[in-house]
Amino acid sequence: MIDVADEATARMGVTASPATSTPTVPVAGRASARPAAGGRPGGRRGNGASSIRKGLEITLFVAPALALLTLFVAVPIARAVQISFYKWKGFGDFEKFVGFDNYRRVLENTEFIEAFQHNMIIVVASIAIQLPLGLAIALLLNRKMRFQGTIRTLIFVPYVISEVIAGVIWYQMFVPNEGLIDTVLDKIGLSGPQQGFLGTLDTALPALVVVLTWKYLGLAVILFLAGLQGVPEELYEAAQLDGATWWQIQRRITVPMLGPTLRTWAFLSMIGSLQLFDMVWVLTRGGPANATSTMATFLVQQGMQRSNFGIAAAASVILFIVALVMALVYQRFIMNRDNTVTVVRRKKVSR
Amino acid sequence: MARMRRASAGIALATTIALLAACSNGGSDTPSGDGTTAGGGGGKVEEVTLQWWHNSNTGEGKTYYDKVAADFEAANPGVTIEVNAMQHEDMVDKLAAAMQSGDMPDIYMERGGGELADHVNAGLTKDLSDAAADTIAKLGGTVSGFQVDGKTYALPFSLGVVGFWYNKALFAEAGIEAPPTTWDEMYDAIDKLKAKGIAPISVGAGDGWPAAHYWYYFALRQCKQDVLVDAVGSLDFSDPCFVRAGESLKELLDAQPFNDGFLSTVAQKGATSASGLLATGKVAIELQGHWEPGVMQGITDEIGEAGIGENLAWFAFPAVTGGEGDPAAQLGGGDAWAVSEKAPDVAVDFAEYLLSDEIQKGFAELDMGLPTNSSASKYVSDAALASLLEVRDASPFVQLYFDTAFGPAVGDAMNAKIVDLFAGKASPQDIVSATQAAADLEK
Repeated sequence: MIDVADEATARMGVTASPATSTPTVPVAGRASARPAAGGRPGGRRGNGASSIRKGLEITLFVAPALALLTLFVAVPIARAVQISFYKWKGFGDFEKFVGFDNYRRVLENTEFIEAFQHNMIIVVASIAIQLPLGLAIALLLNRKMRFQGTIRTLIFVPYVISEVIAGVIWYQMFVPNEGLIDTVLDKIGLSGPQQGFLGTLDTALPALVVVLTWKYLGLAVILFLAGLQGVPEELYEAAQLDGATWWQIQRRITVPMLGPTLRTWAFLSMIGSLQLFDMVWVLTRGGPANATSTMATFLVQQGMQRSNFGIAAAASVILFIVALVMALVYQRFIMNRDNTVTVVRRKKVSR
Repeated sequence: MARMRRASAGIALATTIALLAACSNGGSDTPSGDGTTAGGGGGKVEEVTLQWWHNSNTGEGKTYYDKVAADFEAANPGVTIEVNAMQHEDMVDKLAAAMQSGDMPDIYMERGGGELADHVNAGLTKDLSDAAADTIAKLGGTVSGFQVDGKTYALPFSLGVVGFWYNKALFAEAGIEAPPTTWDEMYDAIDKLKAKGIAPISVGAGDGWPAAHYWYYFALRQCKQDVLVDAVGSLDFSDPCFVRAGESLKELLDAQPFNDGFLSTVAQKGATSASGLLATGKVAIELQGHWEPGVMQGITDEIGEAGIGENLAWFAFPAVTGGEGDPAAQLGGGDAWAVSEKAPDVAVDFAEYLLSDEIQKGFAELDMGLPTNSSASKYVSDAALASLLEVRDASPFVQLYFDTAFGPAVGDAMNAKIVDLFAGKASPQDIVSATQAAADLEK
């Protein structure tokens, strides 16, 4: 468990850092400019001394973070890679070296392939559903209206609720016959599947997507709303003077200006979907018959339930590589534009 | 998957406290307290702290075990016992972590079979054959499931069998006069219950193992004893009786006897669990182990309902027509006290004390399980449990749950495929193939 958890944080740490690096680059630049400015009275000689001091300062400030990063990111990853080459039951020494056998077993395992497919479905479904829905709600809430604050808060509430608590609530609502959903359906003359939405092979994954949408829509809306605040009023005014309709303004100004926000959100959503575990575990444990399994539930099942820690570690390394590759590809081809845009804008501001 | 023995539905608060307590104990103390006495002056009593983990974390059982520990401390000056009562699944998870780190409790629970063999092979569990020879002799045949290569590594304190718990009132309502003894009678009973609009059977297939118990039992009825014994040893499932077990199960599933949503139903947590449904009279029957009355008590206490009470009764898994197995053979398993390899000697004394006539008597009187010390059998007060004990003692052999017997790697793969059969996603042959494939990886 500990290894798995560390792996999860490890993945988050590594994959998230490129995302955060965009805004931190200019900040770091500013910070490093300061000691140089302070060193100015010392003249040339002082510069040499100050560069040593600068080095010391950097070491001093970076060391704690670096130590933590090593302890909680690098070491667990290295450990997972090490375990993945052994057949290990969870205790005792590493004895049986099996090479790449564990990787072969994971990649040939239909359970893992199914889990991978479910992850991909969730990645696509989350973005395809939450993007238009979140955008629509954000645009709506960006207009001046009564109870604006209250509605904004309500939309954000599901995101604040603990994942497990939300899962338990939804599990109870999905209980066949007596749960809220079946009761309501019954009242309006409909009926859900006999085995319940979570107990039927075909409806379990869609039901999970519904719960995830409910849970994470709030984050999308809040991020989009924040992005909308960054769109300068003048642009709207200019467009209105030119006679643009509300729809045209949204399409030609708001959405393009929201671009960086949308792309960052989609990135976070994608990584979250790849690592999805807790909601699935509470709602279905990956069942019925693996209909809602994800890569994370697969590795917990293999590791914690079957004591195949080698296979679980191999699966976690594969999950890490999948997340890393997808993150890098996304950075390279989609977020790439945002990086140059921010730099240009920064320069303008500083002038 | 972790099987909850007597785990009553987890009361969040109790669980949290147990976890906190467990955490605070995990750190600084060195459990193996030999020679930690400062100064070590000749006549001084040696101070030893023992850690004891158990899963009777609610009600009278918890109080009883606290008293047992206090009594032992009083009788053995210098011994301190730190008791950690945990919800069963929490305990299983924490034990797994403790075994990885090597910082284990001194006295803990083992469930026998392949899991115990793994622990023994990793050098985690103390050989009790000589140290507890008297107690082992007294327990007789029940220790057989806790032996590896002829040596005994744990002392079973409760050994139960799985069977059908049913609601007598609902049976009467449906006009079923006597509990079924064959599957033909069972199907008849299912039809009668359905005709009255009563859901016949609940099963917590969401947790896997409750569903798997059906396949185990059908295998027990379809296969000869020596075939099963061989299979546990050789992990060879080529005998056709294993496929027939799946076919019998398929026939049962085709009769649609289970509660709505059984694929997502959990075994023992809350009113909507399989046990909760039986406890609240929503279904008539459930296939479960001897811990069922305690589990249902926990659920009804939690939701504040009266529960099934006197209407609860028990019957054994019916005979299968044409099956090669002995219809009196039972599926079951037990819990045993094991002592970790590094624990001080007094820990063995404590484990033996837990199996003494006196402690097992109290254990039986509180219906905490089915005592293995035969002197305590007569104190089991619950009528349903007493009838179960009779069946256990009359059975030619008690087959350990297959998942426990085969160890987690094979057992969980097998359970998962059995659930697939419940979901209509696998055939009887698939179960055997998947089990064999997982077993071949172990060889």
